[in-house]
Amino acid sequence: MSQEVKKSGRLVRAPENFLAKDDVKSPALMRRKFLAASVSTAATSMAALGLAASSRTAHAAVGAGDPNILNLPAHSTGLGMPVAANAYGMPSQYEKGLQRRESPGLTRVSAASVAFTPLQGTFGIITPSGLHFERHHQGWWDIDPSKHRLMVMGMVKNPKVYTMDDIMRLPSVSRIHFIECGANTAMEWGNVAVPTVQYSHGMISCSEFTGVPLSVLLDDCGIDRKQARFVLAEGADGSSMTRTIPLDRALDDVIVAYGMNGEMLRPENGYPLRLVVPGIQGVSWVKWLRRIEVGDQKWATKDEAIHYVDLMPDGMHRQYTGIQEAKSVITTPSGGQTLLDKGFYNISGLAWSGRGKVKRVDVSVDGGRNWRQARLEGPILTKAFTRFNIDWVWDGSPAVLQSRVQDETGYVQPKINQLRAVRGTRSIYHQNAIQSWKVAENGEVSNVQVY
Amino acid sequence: MSRFTKSLPLGLLVSAVLATSALAQTAPSKFSGVGRTATPAEIKAWDIDVRPDFKGLPPGAGSVAKGQEVWEAKCASCHGVFGESTEVFTPIAGGTTKKDIETGRVANLARLDFPQRTTLMKVATVSTLWDYINRAMPWTNPKTLTVEEVYGVVAYILNLGEIVPENFVLSDKNIAEVQKRMPNRNGMTDKHGMWDLKGKPDVVNTLCMKDCATELQIRSSLPVSARDAHGNLMEQHRPIGPARAIDTSKPAAPGQGAAAPAAAVVAQAASAAAAPAKASAGIDAAALAKKANCTTCHAPAAKMVGPSWAEISKKYKGDAKAPAVLAKKIKAGGAGVWGPVPMPPHPNLKDNELTALAQWVIDGAK
Repeated sequence: MSQEVKKSGRLVRAPENFLAKDDVKSPALMRRKFLAASVSTAATSMAALGLAASSRTAHAAVGAGDPNILNLPAHSTGLGMPVAANAYGMPSQYEKGLQRRESPGLTRVSAASVAFTPLQGTFGIITPSGLHFERHHQGWWDIDPSKHRLMVMGMVKNPKVYTMDDIMRLPSVSRIHFIECGANTAMEWGNVAVPTVQYSHGMISCSEFTGVPLSVLLDDCGIDRKQARFVLAEGADGSSMTRTIPLDRALDDVIVAYGMNGEMLRPENGYPLRLVVPGIQGVSWVKWLRRIEVGDQKWATKDEAIHYVDLMPDGMHRQYTGIQEAKSVITTPSGGQTLLDKGFYNISGLAWSGRGKVKRVDVSVDGGRNWRQARLEGPILTKAFTRFNIDWVWDGSPAVLQSRVQDETGYVQPKINQLRAVRGTRSIYHQNAIQSWKVAENGEVSNVQVY
Repeated sequence: MSRFTKSLPLGLLVSAVLATSALAQTAPSKFSGVGRTATPAEIKAWDIDVRPDFKGLPPGAGSVAKGQEVWEAKCASCHGVFGESTEVFTPIAGGTTKKDIETGRVANLARLDFPQRTTLMKVATVSTLWDYINRAMPWTNPKTLTVEEVYGVVAYILNLGEIVPENFVLSDKNIAEVQKRMPNRNGMTDKHGMWDLKGKPDVVNTLCMKDCATELQIRSSLPVSARDAHGNLMEQHRPIGPARAIDTSKPAAPGQGAAAPAAAVVAQAASAAAAPAKASAGIDAAALAKKANCTTCHAPAAKMVGPSWAEISKKYKGDAKAPAVLAKKIKAGGAGVWGPVPMPPHPNLKDNELTALAQWVIDGAK
């Protein structure tokens, strides 16, 4: 038996509704009840005891059939819930594991911390708004939108104040973009530090943002295009986060956004107004946006002079490193998981580039020795998540899974040793290395570095 | 217009030009009725940024002594009396030398063995300190310092780094001279490809597809001791799908097959269903303690910046006056009972919240 388990590295699916709610409180009681219920198939008994069996056994032991099919469940024989029982719909109760989470010990203060998106559980390219990663510098607020104001001033002919009414009256655009914290994957510059893709890559999300192009507001105020070189964006929160934005970005695809995924921004993401700066690290996407100043010099604000500066091996800091270079990661299977069985798997992951569209993604299952081109699922949008998939039949032997993106500029995602050779291990920000997941013979997937 | 200028008297011409430019300033926007001109008072209220060339710096002055006074009252609780504390944030001062002040490059930044990068080791521009302290400090009551206090606190920090002497008074008149002594003033570069969209990448990989150079060797993996450091991974995944999360509450058992027993997986799904509704009556003091950032400085059993919940409970348990006394202390802040590091005030908590928190702490913070 144990020999078989070792080889197959598999979990048997236990019948999913065989437990009454009360039973789960006591595993011992649960087992007694279950055994007493005289369910006779060997496979289900073993599952209940926490034992695994090979898939062949499980399928062979079905006998007359799966009790989930043979015994009609309550939801097939009773009346369900009425409409609007949940006035604002929530995920299924079985999805509770997928939450934003902090990485213990990463920061000391929860008001200046990070909660990571559970990438291991999301599909497609849109991050559900409730799972959008959080990063605050001095806590978050739920601001009364009727009292929120945006001021545009500096090198403009007519400095103006806009209410939310004003901004929402203007012509709007809706665009899908990723937002990635400059420090995403920062914990892994030197070595493996975290167990799952949530913590290794979860300071990223992708949403459809709706708002007014910043260029529209700048023109409305009569920006001095001859003198202006930069704009400063400032938040209304305690930290009044400020970041310098290059004027060519400000006049290109930057959006003053109020909408996210079809509804207003969530408070944690800057309700009622935030800046969207496609392709640039998240710290520039100033939340609770209250002011845009047009100027002719960079500002060297705290988050571009003390933090968000990249230390190089010679002791120099790179300042104003904004662009998120191309990066990809396999989300299924990924660290902290165990494959159910040998056989077919759909390797699935995400790729993105701050410089434009994803051109191709290659996947290796042998630690980067040989690669196959993955399928890119549409839509393929500029500065947005692109989902990739590729077929894989696991034969039960150890494997190391990697993905590698190339963007439309021709840039190829680097290996961690290539990054380190140029930037050392202490630059914290902009770690976009190829991620490796080891699949052990027992099916356990873990975070490793292979190059 | 040029057709008429010859025949127009100069005075009229000037007024015509003025009228044109005045018109341009108030030109009705394409979006009529949307937005309005900001008033000078509004711009003054919000235009608080200070640039490296000191544009935006308000006139004024503050001494190191004044700064120390403010520091000990409002800053030391998080940053330590000498800006050295690593308890809450990264340290402010330390790691810079007299030599660095001469060269403008902090030598310790090139050392791999130097434990921590302080603010003074990194910051190249003194304007950054002024701007940030003015806009965002103190932590729980930002934008409440006077101009003199901000100058003073900046002066105090600079004195911690021996950039200015003890008797120094920092002002808008001498801050440019101080800039010339910043230890890392020459330590920043913008020569890289990550600002301009068309910038040149510094790290290059190729699209090798077959027999690529790699050593199939695990160079780094998660230490066994960190297996459960992020909580039980089983509770952080979906209970269905092509893979199951590992139950990291159990020790790793190499060679023992799949780590997560199926029954546990199912139990996980079912327990999600059975999660009890949280008591909605009254105040959830534990949640409030987190929300009000109490847990930043207080831990259940270990002393952090402040005393542990257990210590406080032990001291006050059975004292009938304690709830009121503690509630008052939480609101007003203070120092002396548990050591020199003061607790910041919490003026925004309501009376019933203060009482609930105080009672919760006295009862052992359960």
